[in-house]
Amino acid sequence: MTRHLLSAGDLSPDDATLILDTADELARISDRPVKKLPTLRGRTVVNLFFEDSTRTRISFEAAAKRLSADVINFSAKGSSVSKGESLKDTALTLEAMGADAVVIRHSASGAPHTLAHSGWIGGSVVNAGDGTHEHPTQALLDAFTMRRHLTSLDGRSVVVVGDVLHSRVARSNVLLLRTLGAKVTLVAPPTLLPVGVEQWPCEYSYDFDSVLRGADAVMMLRVQRERMNAAFFPSVREYSRRYGLDAERMRRLPEHAIVMHPGPMNRGLEITAEVADSPRAVIVEQVKNGVSVRMAVLYLLLSGSDSALTGQLVPEEVAL
Amino acid sequence: MSGGERQPRFLIKGASILGKEPADLLLSDGVIAEVGKSVSAAGAEEVDAFGLIALPGLVDLHTHLREPGREDAETVASGSAAAAVGGYTAVHAMANTEPVADTAGVVEQVWHLGRRTGLCDVYPVGAVTVGLAGQELAELGAMAESAAQVTVFSDDGHCVSDAVLMRRALEYVKAFDGVVAQHAQEPRLTEGAQMNEGPVSGVLGLGGWPAVAEESIIARDVLLAGHVGSRLHVCHVSTAGSVEILRWAKGKGIAVSAEVTPHHLLLTDEMVRTYDPRYKVNPPLRTQEDVDALRQGLADGVIDAIATDHAPHSLEDKDCEWEAAAMGMVGLETALAAAACAMIESELLDWAGLADRMSVRPAQIGRLTDQGRPLDAGEPANLVLIDPRARYVVDPTEFASRSRNSSFVGTEFRARPVATFLRGSLTAQDGKVC
Repeated sequence: MTRHLLSAGDLSPDDATLILDTADELARISDRPVKKLPTLRGRTVVNLFFEDSTRTRISFEAAAKRLSADVINFSAKGSSVSKGESLKDTALTLEAMGADAVVIRHSASGAPHTLAHSGWIGGSVVNAGDGTHEHPTQALLDAFTMRRHLTSLDGRSVVVVGDVLHSRVARSNVLLLRTLGAKVTLVAPPTLLPVGVEQWPCEYSYDFDSVLRGADAVMMLRVQRERMNAAFFPSVREYSRRYGLDAERMRRLPEHAIVMHPGPMNRGLEITAEVADSPRAVIVEQVKNGVSVRMAVLYLLLSGSDSALTGQLVPEEVAL
Repeated sequence: MSGGERQPRFLIKGASILGKEPADLLLSDGVIAEVGKSVSAAGAEEVDAFGLIALPGLVDLHTHLREPGREDAETVASGSAAAAVGGYTAVHAMANTEPVADTAGVVEQVWHLGRRTGLCDVYPVGAVTVGLAGQELAELGAMAESAAQVTVFSDDGHCVSDAVLMRRALEYVKAFDGVVAQHAQEPRLTEGAQMNEGPVSGVLGLGGWPAVAEESIIARDVLLAGHVGSRLHVCHVSTAGSVEILRWAKGKGIAVSAEVTPHHLLLTDEMVRTYDPRYKVNPPLRTQEDVDALRQGLADGVIDAIATDHAPHSLEDKDCEWEAAAMGMVGLETALAAAACAMIESELLDWAGLADRMSVRPAQIGRLTDQGRPLDAGEPANLVLIDPRARYVVDPTEFASRSRNSSFVGTEFRARPVATFLRGSLTAQDGKVC
């Protein structure tokens, strides 16, 4: 594990477990009236968002603030791909301001990788979603949520349904869940599975109904309506019929199975309101867990003397 | 060019011609005056070439000199210098300049700039369509009849994707023995493409450029060329499937030629895992299977030529995230070394074979009569001396090119051009222009 979090695939089983265990400890903070630890006092975390994502940004912001870090939100709307300040100049600016960690969301796959390896900045880089590549903290919060409901991920079956081709959430989940011992099955129409998916460390199916019976968790991915115009599927209604999760399909899941969604949901497209609001849906819980997991990531990246993900929680701070 | 001024005579001693027996070559009055075992000539400057290999000066069918328009990346002068250093005595300057080389005026400007620089022969390529827009034919005849005497026409960077327009262009250039050099890229299949479509693009989440987008255009174009009896050249072939289609077409007697770049003979899409924009190029780096097929196709002669697709870009166009970066890499100064690494060290070609693919056949495709000639007495004195055992690491800060975007930075190569002669004049020596 390096001092950055760029890909879920960079995490060893020990790294991933340490993050989840740490998040468990930190989650208790969220239940206290005063939700704050002094751990990162004096450290600066920059949220560098080249893409609009209020949900992810406020989750990171809450995580950093609960650890007493100074938070700077840098919203470079549009994107650096358009004319304007380059990623490099933005990075040099942040470096000059003394950023200890940069949480970056960017529309270009690999932008966090470039930021981390260019020599432009010295701090840690956390990938908060890059293009159609990865979103490792989303995968961590998903794993955290599943672990809470399913005890352990080892040997569990997770079904991920939807636009895998364009989904950074799916890529990170496949890598992390595999590391944690779960079996992942991707479900999508063939048009929305990437070329080479047969080489991924998971199974895949074009038939949602055939995989319902054995699922411990079902994760529905957001499908953008504009994909229809690019002929990925014929119509919203046909997509919903074949790949949407409705009450009828939910009934065929095992009783203990949970329903997840990274949000924001298209109610009525990939998931019906009835399912989204059912007790089996843990979607709101995912949001809450996001803060704990991001606290754990920032804590482990920034508090260790070598800034590596190897630090241990100081007992008096979290053993509450 | 040296024109009327008196040039020193050179006596090259002991060069291994095409990698074979050592011989002496006397260069005088722009031609090879004498070739033999022990030539002597009073007053001639002697060049110790023992251990060096002599090949005819290299000819590039595919060079971007960027002038006019992007002189920050390259000029005709700096690109000519890079060519001379790389062992080239002739280059074809692609038409995607600003303004586009789609009129007699622009091609003559580039041609004159090349003449004035005089470090290698610069042959402008004319655009097939006005503004490279793929809508209407440029005045191909006017460019052919201009001082630049254009014979190669290409919208390189863009595909002539309209089948009717491609057919007409192929037919039209027959009137002046021209050739259409196609950038084979089906546009709809490559919208948003960032790299080769395959397992690596799936993992990296980068838009895919599928092999079929190249192969489908080549298949269509060889059928069109066969149908109308025209000459077709395929730029920068990059896939195993393209090699198979070309093999089939040549077997049918269709007048098609093809080129491959040094980078497609050495590098694969695995390099993209670094997200380092130096590896971003169009067509993209493919798989090892493609690399192997391209090498074999070149060895078999199915692919006729190695062409650099020298594509200089300013630092700011490469010092950024992958998706924002420009496509292309410089190649003139590393092409010979890379080609030797891919083809000679693997024993797929000998030096004579490499000379055929880097000089003789490109000259024939471009209808150049005084390039790519045998190193015999009476022939034009266009040649390069190569040290086949140099061992050096590529350092772009030493490039004569204005740009540094090489995919071979830090690579150790063996073969190195050490002296280049254009019509008897020494144009470059030991990595520096003369």
